[in-house]
Amino acid sequence: MSNAISALNGATWAEGIAAVTEAPMQGMITLRGPLSDAKLKKAATTVAGVDMPGAGQAHVADDRGLCWMSPDELLVLCPYDDVAANTETMQSHLGDLHSLCVDVSDARAVFDLSGPHAREVLAKLVPVDMAPDQFTPGMFRRTRMAQVPAAFWMHDSDTIRIVCFRSQAQYVFDLLTTAAQPGSAVQIF
Amino acid sequence: MLILTCPNCGVTGEETEFHAGGEAHLKRFGPGSSDGEFETYLFMRENPKGVHFERWRHVYGCGKWFHAARCTTTLEVFGTYSAQVTEPPKEIRDTISEKRPGWTWRDFA
Ligand SMILES: [Zn+2]
Repeated sequence: MSNAISALNGATWAEGIAAVTEAPMQGMITLRGPLSDAKLKKAATTVAGVDMPGAGQAHVADDRGLCWMSPDELLVLCPYDDVAANTETMQSHLGDLHSLCVDVSDARAVFDLSGPHAREVLAKLVPVDMAPDQFTPGMFRRTRMAQVPAAFWMHDSDTIRIVCFRSQAQYVFDLLTTAAQPGSAVQIF
Repeated sequence: MLILTCPNCGVTGEETEFHAGGEAHLKRFGPGSSDGEFETYLFMRENPKGVHFERWRHVYGCGKWFHAARCTTTLEVFGTYSAQVTEPPKEIRDTISEKRPGWTWRDFA
């Protein structure tokens, strides 16, 4: 097995109004099926170690968690090296339930956008109200970041964790660093 | 710009987060239909000035399809509703009647 590295090999940039850091490899499992089904809930919460999130919510603690992707889809986060074992565990809980459970870790890239101006840097790129009283911790949002799909949540009070497709990692890194150029603060929030 | 609320995930977003999917509530005519029916199904559209019903997809969000009722002249959105219906629900039609008395669209009013 070759040594897995992230799309930009941990690129970081901290010369602007917010810091951009590519996160290390993050285990991600797409789980599709009826989210209200007890078997599915058991499969998801057992490997993620958190409660089921409601619509539009994410329950994430460090590198484990559950993100609500759509009415029939969850994104399960876990340590990268645990993905194969966790997928097996999930499949054993799912049994014959009509569902899908697949490793998507290598199809994604993850970035942390941090600092007091993180919200307004992201607000330049997404059609989402990033005001602190509108986009709150615990919320999970899939949307468009400039020209590519992205999803994000508040990982802590001034860090936003962003997930995008791996093939678009350089584009997203360039977007974030451009939007965070020195002197570009809007001071809107 | 249109502001749409996706009935599948509850997100309210502007139109660039969505993708238009053409006119709503078409009845499909396929193999076995007459040439006239098939031509109407493929090509004939309402293209109204005013009240209109469309299919939309939350393409950058939850990925699901839904229906939207809106005004093509003012861009006012009267409401959005499930993709799994063959005609506009009564509450949507009532909302439109309040705002555009006397409206018609195909056989609906
Ligand atoms: Zn949606």
